[in-house]
This record gives sequence, C-alpha cells and structure tokens, in this order.
Amino acid sequence: MNLDLVIENLPRFLSGVVLTLELTAASCVLGFALAIPLALMRLSSVRLWLWPATAYVLFFRGTPLLAQLFLIYYGSGQFRPALESVGLWTFFREPWFCALLTLVLNTAAYTSEILRGAIAGVPRGEIEAALACGMSRGLRFRRIILPRALGLAWPAYTNEIVYQLQATSLVSIITLMDITGVARVIASRHFAFYEAFLTAAVFYLVLVYGVLFLAKRAERRLLAHLRPPDARAAKPGFGFIR
Amino acid sequence: MFDLHGYGWMILDGVQVTLLVGLAAMVGAIAVGLAAALAKLFGSRIVRGTVEVYTTIVRGVPELVLLLLVYYGVPTLIQDTAAAMGREIEVTINPFVAGVGTITFIYGAFASEVFRAAYLAVPKGQFEAATALGLNRYLVFRLVVLPQMLRHALPGLGNLWMVLIKATALISVIQLPELMRSADVAARTTRMPFTFFFVACLIYLAITLTSMWLQSRAEAWASRGIERTQA
Amino acid sequence: MAPAGAELPGKVTIGTEGAYPPFNYLDQDGTVKGFEIDLAKAMCERMKVECDFVIQDWDGIIPGLLAKKYDAIIASLYITDERKQKIDFSQKYYQVPARFVVPKSSDIEITAEGLADKVIGTQRATSFERFMRDKFPEVDLRVYATFDEAYLDLVSGRVDAVMGDVVALSEGFLETPDGADFEFRGPNFTGAEWFGYGAGVGVRKGETELLNAFNEAIDAIRADGTYDRISEKWFGFDVYGE
Repeated sequence: MNLDLVIENLPRFLSGVVLTLELTAASCVLGFALAIPLALMRLSSVRLWLWPATAYVLFFRGTPLLAQLFLIYYGSGQFRPALESVGLWTFFREPWFCALLTLVLNTAAYTSEILRGAIAGVPRGEIEAALACGMSRGLRFRRIILPRALGLAWPAYTNEIVYQLQATSLVSIITLMDITGVARVIASRHFAFYEAFLTAAVFYLVLVYGVLFLAKRAERRLLAHLRPPDARAAKPGFGFIR
Repeated sequence: MFDLHGYGWMILDGVQVTLLVGLAAMVGAIAVGLAAALAKLFGSRIVRGTVEVYTTIVRGVPELVLLLLVYYGVPTLIQDTAAAMGREIEVTINPFVAGVGTITFIYGAFASEVFRAAYLAVPKGQFEAATALGLNRYLVFRLVVLPQMLRHALPGLGNLWMVLIKATALISVIQLPELMRSADVAARTTRMPFTFFFVACLIYLAITLTSMWLQSRAEAWASRGIERTQA
Repeated sequence: MAPAGAELPGKVTIGTEGAYPPFNYLDQDGTVKGFEIDLAKAMCERMKVECDFVIQDWDGIIPGLLAKKYDAIIASLYITDERKQKIDFSQKYYQVPARFVVPKSSDIEITAEGLADKVIGTQRATSFERFMRDKFPEVDLRVYATFDEAYLDLVSGRVDAVMGDVVALSEGFLETPDGADFEFRGPNFTGAEWFGYGAGVGVRKGETELLNAFNEAIDAIRADGTYDRISEKWFGFDVYGE
C-alpha cells in the first residue's frame, strides 16, 4: 500500500474535490430551477405543455447518463459548424459546459418527477383554504403549494443530491479532472490502482455523508413547523394543523 | 443520418450483452438483497452492523469508482499481498465478471431496502393468523408472507431493474462489448458520434419503455384477488 | 506458466489495445488487425507457437499482463525505465519519434511559450502524457482513453493540438478524410527518458524462456526479410528506427 503516493498527490485530489463540488452544486441549483416549470408542464392538461415535457422526462430518465454525456460532448463536436453559426460553439467547446449541461438536463428530469409527486401530494384542504381566501393562482402557488411541496419533496430530493454527487464521477470520462479523473491518472501513471481508487472512494464517502448531514439539519429547520409534537413534552397550546 | 456504416451488427451484439449482464446482475441483486434484508431484520448485532457498512459504502461511493476499484484494484491488491507473502497467485477478473459483480454488489443494497420495506408492509395480522392455523415459522414465511412481500416489492424491484439496466452502460469503461461500448467504437472509427450515441439512447429508451410496460402487467398480475382501496 | 528451463507452451496469448491504427485496431467484425498483429503472427510462427489475441484497454494493459490475462503485450508499448520496474521487455521491434499535429490554419508554435495555455490532447497512461507533463507543464493537457477520442476533439476544435507518434498520427489520422486540414508541426521528439528505446514485447518478470523466444524471433524476421515485407505493406518504409 503506497501511502506516500497518496499523500504526495493530495493537492491534486483536493482540486478534484473542488471541481466535484462545483459541478454538483451548480447542476443541483440549475436543475432544480428547470424542474419547477417542467413539473408544472407535466401536471398540465394542455397537450402543448404536457407532451414535450413528457418526452423530455422520458428521454432523460430512460437513457443512461453516460450515453447522454457522450451524446452532448462528442455529438456536439459533430455539429460544430452549425453551432458556430449560432455562436454556441464557444460554450460546447468546453468540457465543463458540456458536463454541466448534461448533468442539469438529467437531474431536472428526475427532480421534476419528485416535484410532480410532491405538488400532487399537497393536501387538498390547504388548497381549498387558499381558494376560500380568494388567492389568485400565482399567489396560491407561491405561498401555499410550492412551499408545501418543497417540504414534501425534501427527503426524496436529498437522495437526488447524493445521486448527483456520485454522477459527477462520470465527467472524468470527458477529460475533466474531478476526483475520479485525478484518481485514474494517478492510478495508471504509477500503477497504484487500489491506492488511488480507495482514496477516491474515501473522498466521496466523506462528501456524501457531509451532504446528508447538512441535509438533515436543513430538513429540521425547514420543516420545523411540521414536526410532530414531542410525545414527552406535551406542551399545552402546541397545536398545529394536520 | 442513420447510415450505420456496417456497424449495425456490432450494436446488436452489444444489446445482447447488455441484456445478459442486466439479467445476470438482477438475479444476483435479488439474491443479495433478500439475504441482506433477512440479515437486517433477523440477524445478530454484528450481522446487522456488517449490512449497515455495506449499504453505507454503496450509498457513498460512485458506481464508476467501485467498478474501477473492483476491476483494476482487486487483482493488483491480491497479487501485491500474495507477493508480500512470497507467493504467486493468478488472479484474473474478466470484464463480464467484474461488471456483473459490481452491479450486483451495488444494487443488492438497494434491493435489500426494497425487500425490507416489503416485509414490513405485510400486515401483522397475516403472521398471527398463519401462526394460529398451526403453520411453523418456515411455512408462515413461504406460504403467507413471501407471496405478499413480492406484491409489495414489485414496484420497487421494477424501478431497480430500470436503474440497473442503465447502469450496465458504465461497464463499457472496462471494455465489456455491451451496447455503450459498441456505440463508442463505432462512433470513434466512423467519426460520427452523434449518430451512434443517439441510436444507443433510442435503444436504451426502448428497453426502458418495454420494462415499464412489463412492470405494469406484472403488478396487475400480482395484485389479482386484492381489493383495490381508494387512493 | 511453465517453469524456467521448460519448453514454451503451445499457445501464447497476446494482449493488445485494438485502438491504435495502423499498429493495432479492430475492424467492423471486431477482428484485430494491424502492423503489430502481422508482426506478432510472424514471430509466433518463428517461435512455433499458436498465438491468440486479447483486447485490453490501455489503462489496464500492464495490470492485465501481471494478472495473467495474457502472456505478452504487443501494443506499441514503449520500453521505458519506469515500466521496466514492473515488467521485462524484449528488444525493440519498432521505434518512431513523437510529434504534434495541428490544424493547418493555426499559428501555434511548438515551443514552451507557444504552447503555454494551449489545449493539447493525448492518451492517458502513455509516454506522451508523461512527456507533456514533464516538458510542457504550462499546457492545458486533456487526456483521453484512446487516441480516437483525442482526434474527435481535434477535429471539432476542442483541442489545439494532439501529441502522439508520427506513424499513428499519420496513418491513423492525417491520411483519413478528417485529417485533411491538419499537419505535423514542430520537431520530432525522441528523448529516451520519456519515449524509451522503442516499442518492445512486454512479458512478466522472470519469463526468460518466453523473452528469449521473442528476441530470437525478432532477430529472425529482421534477418530474413519478413519484417521489411510487413513494414512495406503497412507504411511503405522501415519503422525499425536506429
């Protein structure tokens, strides 16, 4: 077990960690933003919205991430002249952009399904109360439905964040030096296969459980008002609407 | 755009290998998952602890890294330790075994969660009634609990299959000639990546859609005789 | 494997990459072909053994040998001191210099300043990668699993140049339709420290019987004109080098 090699290469691994976290964070934020309109389109009864959204979700959930990555990265290269003429080639030229685009499109599809279920799961009672209050559609969505849905979706979405963190390992295949990319170069250069990949595994474990820990903390604060009452505390007046 | 330059046959061979790997890994994952679920439900503290470690690793480490670790790391690790002990061992892991093994390892953990939830979903009344009828523990499980477990497990297992079959694409990284790799070779040599990767995507889509349809049929079959409660 | 002093086994399995035309590559049926394949078959004939080919991706070519997946490597594996620590090599059977390929329209200079911050592509775990990291550290180096992927990105303009050996670059890329707008630039690079002493047959340490057999076979085919014939067929010139 060549530990010196690992220690020597820690700086490289750390820059890989930075890239991994950047990609995860960016893809989750952008993917989530894309997922909200997507979920609404999926819930709509208007075919103009429903069909394209369904096709999109089916494609990105029904094909492997690796295939999507190759399709966008190498596939865009095949269409360089067309992309250049609309000025998009400068973006597609960068592996980082292609990786981010693919990750965003991919997570948006899965997240939209989570949100779709969550929005549909908002208790009817709350929606009726909002209607009774005379809230407009936009207001109803913004103040009642979306926050409630987010609360319902959070546990499932935490899983999606963890999945994204793991999914970033695939970008090593399109020349990006994330944790896995660094590990592969070190492994093949120095014949240190298990040292390099075990180190990578440890980094990912730390990151994943770090994220899960933070997510749990966030969940407690976001959903504090929905927590079931502490059975032992039985404070008077501690009621809530269920 | 769909002129495949003679690589159509290679792609079809790739599809075969993909399905083969998928089925083999699915069987493995179900077996491992069942065992792990039973271990988690009935096992001693140490056994449960081991299963916890197992699921922790699977949850925390990306599939690609596990795959590379198994395929490259395990043989070299075994050989280095053997060499350190002064012995020479021949250790070969071929891509098929490494791929199926890694996927079974990963999805066995997920399957164990599906089975555990399915077991807990069987109403306690069923256990009590069966025992009251005089059936011993083994028969209770086999005749009453297991069939009901399967009904509850089907949606979870169906989803597992669909995620699993897409995961087989990763094994292309270690050179197994499945669909993704065939598309990759064709794309590289003909310099038409979009064409071939798009075709590959369409094929995966076809597999997924077919699986979704089969799953709904299977769920309908498993739920026959069960009264549908209003959602 | 047979103990030292015994006869050679009747069958020798040879590991090759199958993604490095014209030295070794796969055709549409998946059969492995190339200059090295023809050489290998000629060598096996001289050694009076049957030989079998196994495809192995480049990252794992040496681990595969050590794991006894095959008995020898004939895959443009350059004889370097670093590799000699892990495996034994026969005498070289070809040696060609390394060079850069750039688009004809580009004005890149092949100097340390000229290449700084430019994007250069090459294959992971090769002498070329090591050379680039040691000699041109200011370069934005992209490493790929195979040269074909590097060519794809060269054609689409993601990388400004590709570094590899002159023959593979010439026959595998420049002579193909996609390579029409590209050319060699800069000097030939032949430093022994990185590119070693040519390509040799790799065998596990201690396999002296097999090693001697390969060495004798190489001498034999050099002497009786078989080597020249094969070299003519593939390249039209002698790739043996000095």
